[in-house]
Amino acid sequence: MTESNIAIELINVDKHFGAVHANDKVNLSVQTGTIHGIVGENGAGKSTLMSILYGFYQADSGQIKVFNKDFRAISSKQSIEAGIGMVHQHFMLVDNFTVLENVVLGSEGGALITESLSNARVELTRLAKEYGLEVELDIAVEELSVGMQQRVEILKGLYKGAKVLILDEPTGVLTPQESDELFRIFEALKKQGVTIILITHKLREIMSITDNVSVMRAGKMVAHRETSKTNPEELAELMIGRKVLLNIKKSKAKSGNPALIAKNLEIINEQGLKRVSDVSFEARSGEILGIAGVTGNGQGTLLKALAGILPISKGSIEIMGETITSNNSLNPEQLRNLGVAHVPEDRQRMGMISEFTASETALLGYHNDKTINQGVWLKRASVKANCESMMEAFDVRPNNPNLMSSNFSGGNQQKLILAREFERDPDLLIIGQPTRGVDIGAIEFIRKRIIEMRDAGKAIILISVELEEIMSLSDRIVVMCDGEITGTVNGSDADEATLGMMMANALGSKDELKGVEV
Amino acid sequence: MTRERRLSWINGFLLPFLNVLTAFIATAIVFVLIGVDPIKATKILIYGALGYDEGLGYTLYYATNFVFTGLAVAVAFHAGLFNIGGEGQAYVGGLGTALVALYLNPALSAWIVIPLAISGGLLFGALWAIIPAYLQAYRGSHIVITTIMFNFLASALMVYVLVNVLREVGEMSPESADFIKASWLPFVHDVFASFGYKIAKSPLNLSILVALFFSGLVWFFLWHTRWGYAIRAVGKSNDAAVYGGINPKKIIIVTMCISGALAGLVGINELMGVQHRLFLNFNYGYGFGGIAVALMGRNHPVGILIAAFLFGILYQGGAELDFELQNVSRDIVVVMQGLVILFCGGLEYLYRPILIRFLAPIEGTE
Repeated sequence: MTESNIAIELINVDKHFGAVHANDKVNLSVQTGTIHGIVGENGAGKSTLMSILYGFYQADSGQIKVFNKDFRAISSKQSIEAGIGMVHQHFMLVDNFTVLENVVLGSEGGALITESLSNARVELTRLAKEYGLEVELDIAVEELSVGMQQRVEILKGLYKGAKVLILDEPTGVLTPQESDELFRIFEALKKQGVTIILITHKLREIMSITDNVSVMRAGKMVAHRETSKTNPEELAELMIGRKVLLNIKKSKAKSGNPALIAKNLEIINEQGLKRVSDVSFEARSGEILGIAGVTGNGQGTLLKALAGILPISKGSIEIMGETITSNNSLNPEQLRNLGVAHVPEDRQRMGMISEFTASETALLGYHNDKTINQGVWLKRASVKANCESMMEAFDVRPNNPNLMSSNFSGGNQQKLILAREFERDPDLLIIGQPTRGVDIGAIEFIRKRIIEMRDAGKAIILISVELEEIMSLSDRIVVMCDGEITGTVNGSDADEATLGMMMANALGSKDELKGVEV
Repeated sequence: MTRERRLSWINGFLLPFLNVLTAFIATAIVFVLIGVDPIKATKILIYGALGYDEGLGYTLYYATNFVFTGLAVAVAFHAGLFNIGGEGQAYVGGLGTALVALYLNPALSAWIVIPLAISGGLLFGALWAIIPAYLQAYRGSHIVITTIMFNFLASALMVYVLVNVLREVGEMSPESADFIKASWLPFVHDVFASFGYKIAKSPLNLSILVALFFSGLVWFFLWHTRWGYAIRAVGKSNDAAVYGGINPKKIIIVTMCISGALAGLVGINELMGVQHRLFLNFNYGYGFGGIAVALMGRNHPVGILIAAFLFGILYQGGAELDFELQNVSRDIVVVMQGLVILFCGGLEYLYRPILIRFLAPIEGTE
């Protein structure tokens, strides 16, 4: 490895946030023209490190070299000038601007935009050809698919002269096919000498696409490996510092009677858009029904309707002998009384109240419960004791019921919510994204608990965008695309390729199938 | 001390204290600009408000009104509603009190009349808040706009009622007749006298006990009942409340009724306690003052009691300043009130980043 080959070099980069040591003397060198993966649990310091590179934060100490030149960014402007581009997890695009307008945003040039637009058009056409990043330039970004929007982000970076691209969890919102397409783009970029830093927690991606990988844990860079000389088990162990069980062992399901039967559901969401149409399925006790799909294909809306938050506009849901139709809806409280528990997709906004204490969050949905109310008086001591026992049962740390909910880590917040819903011994569990933003240790714990509930004879409906999660937990899998069910598979027969096709609704005809495989 | 404790100490005590202090420093600058010695002015203000029986009586009498309107604003605030309509709710609440206190059989015992008259104030205050609440909950009209409009409507209504309905025949001024004696709340100096203690006369009456009672009740209601829990849940996160089976629309209606009812209690102090008749603009300024009191008291009953006391001092002390100093008018109180609102409300978190950096550094995430 010669000096000139190194695109980015970090030497003893240190960053504190108050008492937290977010980056502890981090060393990293990324070779030019390679794909370099950075893996680590949530809170390991990956994002902080990249934010330092992109000028959002300044390092407390340490040295950064970009293409062998000393580099210190006080804003993203310096980073862009030094040739660093970043594609954020949540795209930074103006929805109702065209692709061209979005790319030019931030480098408009003079007072009149026409000239820079026409220059940009020429330049973008060249870039698109060179890297295989074809996107229609005059279409509004909101009309593009998520995968295409991501391309726009990448183009934006290249247009601004990026020679190093940082991508933060780029595949979180993509179908497996779109991810493959993205990886193909990575290869093309690599061939042209662009350096790519890929931040992810998906080990499969690291293994399939990167040249080198660095592992972070608790603010420290714990290992650098050549990807070809490592394996997922080793990386997982390095990430959390001990061996983990990635595949949960489970016995065969003992399916019982249907606990929920949905027939021809049509659901209109809060914005008045039809997000679910003609969906039918049933969930049986003792069984986990997984609902797979790319984010935003109606699963979230379906989940809300099953939990009584949104009304249904057509069809019916039978739960525990009650029939819900468009004229006869049950609210979340009535459903809870029937024995339905709901772990919402959006933990922060729905599952908890961040400005409430843990014990108050542990009360959400159950504040009318007879055991904690005596006349008008809400017995706070009982509320606290309940919370303590939940924290005990689900190993929530710190086990302090008086701590503000927002002060728990994502994993512990989720464990508290699961404890709240599981401890009431419900008959039907509706669980959305149980492990989103949760560290690996907690993922293992949460999945085991879900299996335990299944084995205790509960019916479970699991919605997750993590295909791996759906596949490892579900006994039956329903796939949704664009508000409709595009396939049903037995858990044991499921493979990623088939599910991926269903998620993109590509099994409709042979022609479409070919289109996706390009 | 844990960081959690330090933060709540910063938010609950240090921050309001510094905000009020800043408001006073700004007031001192205003005094210097108009050629008044701020130290002398402070001495006059404090002596006038606290230095002798009568002054203290006035201070507490003003504070009583601020407790009612402060609680009203705070309760609504806990549901995420900004009730600017305390002024109108207090006004119409007074009408409810007056109707009971005017037309009940004079032979009835005070033990019956007084609770009924108080209920009249609660009821009318709540009714005046229910329409804006309905419009917010089911029609999406913003509560700030509608409650302000209802303040004007209340003014117009009360002028009409006093001029055309309640004014006594042959009387020139728009006032009602005197209330029946049984509805008069005893003055504190009379109560003391009956126990043999002599204190100077002041308008301070037993409404102050009503105010303390309702402060306790609000505290219990918000933090120790399931309904209080539901209200706070809606205020902190509408989505989470819906998830928890709480209907935010109902909560908006119920909360605004409670808020309006509390504001409607101003009439107890002003009408049943002191004037014993209904007249124009008895509510003047207390509804808006309540906003400042709630902001300063951080929407907690204890904080509101303290803040209301401070505002009582400003009102009474301001009157003394007006009396003692030639180039100061009573309007200086409005200036101070405005500065308190500016620093406690608008610039609430001015010092927070600095305090947190030095006293409770973030152990946060990346």
